[in-house]
Amino acid sequence: MTEMRMRDALREALREELIRDDRVFLLGEDIGAYGGSYSVTKGLLEEFGEARVRDTPIAESGIVGVGVGAAMAGMRPMVELMTINFSFLAFDQIVNNAAKLHYMSNGQITIPIVIRMASGGGSQLGATHSHSLEGLYAHFPGLKVVCPSSPADGKGLLKQAFRDDNPVIFIEHTANYGLKGEVPEQEDFLIEFGKASILREGRDVTLIGYSGSVHQAVRAADLLAEQEEIDAEVIDLRTLRPLDMDTVIESVKKTNRAVVVEDDWRFGGFAGEIASQIMEKAFDWLDAPVARVCSKDVPMPYNRNLEFAALPSEEDVVEAVLAML
Amino acid sequence: MAFEVTMPQMGADMTEGTLVKWIKQVGDHVERGDVLAEIETDKATVELEAYEAGELIKIVVEEGDVAPVGEVIALIGEASEETPDIERKPAAETPPRRHVESAETPPPHEEDLQRPLSEAPRVPAEEPAAAAPKEAPAATSTPPGDAAREGRIRISPVARRIATERGVDITQIRGSGPDGRILRRDVEQAAESAPQQPTPQPVPAAAPAAPRPKPAETGAGLSRMRQAIARRMTTSKQTQPHYYLTLDIDMTDALAFRKQLNEAADDERRVSINDLIVKACAVALERHPKFNAEFADESLKMHERINICIGVALDEGLIAPAIMDCGSKTLGRIAKDAKDVIERAKGGRLRADDYSEGTFTITNLGAYGVEALIGIINPPQAAILGVGSVMARPAVVDGQVTVRQLMKVALSADHRVTDGAEGARFIKEIQGLLENPASLAL
Repeated sequence: MTEMRMRDALREALREELIRDDRVFLLGEDIGAYGGSYSVTKGLLEEFGEARVRDTPIAESGIVGVGVGAAMAGMRPMVELMTINFSFLAFDQIVNNAAKLHYMSNGQITIPIVIRMASGGGSQLGATHSHSLEGLYAHFPGLKVVCPSSPADGKGLLKQAFRDDNPVIFIEHTANYGLKGEVPEQEDFLIEFGKASILREGRDVTLIGYSGSVHQAVRAADLLAEQEEIDAEVIDLRTLRPLDMDTVIESVKKTNRAVVVEDDWRFGGFAGEIASQIMEKAFDWLDAPVARVCSKDVPMPYNRNLEFAALPSEEDVVEAVLAML
Repeated sequence: MAFEVTMPQMGADMTEGTLVKWIKQVGDHVERGDVLAEIETDKATVELEAYEAGELIKIVVEEGDVAPVGEVIALIGEASEETPDIERKPAAETPPRRHVESAETPPPHEEDLQRPLSEAPRVPAEEPAAAAPKEAPAATSTPPGDAAREGRIRISPVARRIATERGVDITQIRGSGPDGRILRRDVEQAAESAPQQPTPQPVPAAAPAAPRPKPAETGAGLSRMRQAIARRMTTSKQTQPHYYLTLDIDMTDALAFRKQLNEAADDERRVSINDLIVKACAVALERHPKFNAEFADESLKMHERINICIGVALDEGLIAPAIMDCGSKTLGRIAKDAKDVIERAKGGRLRADDYSEGTFTITNLGAYGVEALIGIINPPQAAILGVGSVMARPAVVDGQVTVRQLMKVALSADHRVTDGAEGARFIKEIQGLLENPASLAL
């Protein structure tokens, strides 16, 4: 094990994949000379040269379009979109081309593209630059959606993304880039998609999160244990597509209660999907309606205090748990 | 604890059944799936299987008696078990099903809750329930009486399931959850502190129960099957507005095809004309799924399985058992299954699902020499195909009058489900399939 930050773990994954497979190349705004907005690609231009680490103009639709085309032609590109907020500009390329060409060509075409983007609020970037859209991308059949919460998961899942023949939307929470954690030193460390991890075992309630919200869930579990003697189980979904409901259902059958925590808005969001599936698959094991702790139903405020009030907190999770006991 | 054996519901319209014969006697050991008794329903005598293993410790309904669906007819338990005190109610007071199972389901009607306290073994609201949970927040938890007066007991799904499994009477539990909801912990505590006898609730005096005639007087000379046919056909004609379409199907090629098939087939798989029609209907129903549906008030209930009933004439009446999943069966398999189901129908050995899960019916009087048969829909299905005899008749082919083997068919369909043009496409599809019979071998 080596302790490293998320951004370094991600960089290691990219570096290893660039070495392993010469079809891999990187495209994105400021990923070369500047080293990436979140320093994920720092040093890769120097090591691999301009042919494989390409700075692009500010033109998200164009960048993703080039990536999709390259993937169709046999390359395995990674496109960095700087932040998820700019992916709206590339929405048609992602949703209509990347996600559907395999299906619409009857499997003749595959699109092995990795599209990385930073997500989440909490950095006073205002309403237009603070989105959490993991659930939005998970809505579309044809896309895989990966959202790691730790450096080890970041490395193992990103390397796995390059091995996948489908378009993978790889979403990194901005608050996680500086997060330190132990990363296995084993060669070619991979984490299979569709395997949730149980971060903490408990018997009273299941807390379900992914990406940034996993950390609120873990802190809430600590508070519940310290202050209320409530034993919470915490599940990190790791990937929303494919989605590991088996682990969730098994846990709910044990605890009889579930709270879904996510940074996205509650209305029409992914937490509703989880809650629905729990209701469908474990109705007779529920002791309370599944609760959702999500962002307030407003565009993200710029003011720091208001922004924190709008985002889900560990206290919100504790409150939701207490309300169902 | 003892498991209750109840009068099963075999078919949507069955309300009561006659206990013809007890195969197992008190003291006999039974395994799951063993035949306990023979039950006579409206349409057939069926075997009642045990759902639990144990010893048959009590027989409540004697041979020859009639019991409503859901009533306890016997108990299965441990050999050593003390026989719970359960007696047959006099026929006039036999409670409807929901009262027998009131330990599992909240009483749904206001009048049920207004029964005199003397008859209801309910804990008075002000008295703490036997299984008062720890730290029950007094401010939010509602006494059972109050919760019940709201018309519904608040209980979580898992708590309800465990209460059912362990025979806990939820009306006796004070819920410790939000707004007095009964939670898993409450039921588990109640189960531990006061093991429940599976004693049915007493009959509420207010519950109206029509006097039920003794079996000997049943229908004054009408057999149960005759009564069922009368009721079902009346229901069909009164509630399902029929429309009718008829046409001739040229069966010349189909007869040749059948002959060819049967030259190669063993006895078991010999194909009858009716088997060809069943197969043609199965294929047509796949393409026209609204004829494999039923009208359900505000919506259509589309069936995934294609279970085609075939009318079988018996001495005492008529029954239409189904050949299951015709959509995925070959002609040979349909022939084999049809033989099996007809034989069992004639021997009175049909199972409940044989005639309760049909989705479409074919009634064929071809063997009786009739030209046309216009059927009455078998409710709640959406259509029936009536089939007449195959007769050598003059037909016009390519402008020439020639002798062909013609068969008249009539589609009777529920106009609430489909319209005439849809019916026309459906019956034409059947015609097309039978006139090009090779497609039925696919």
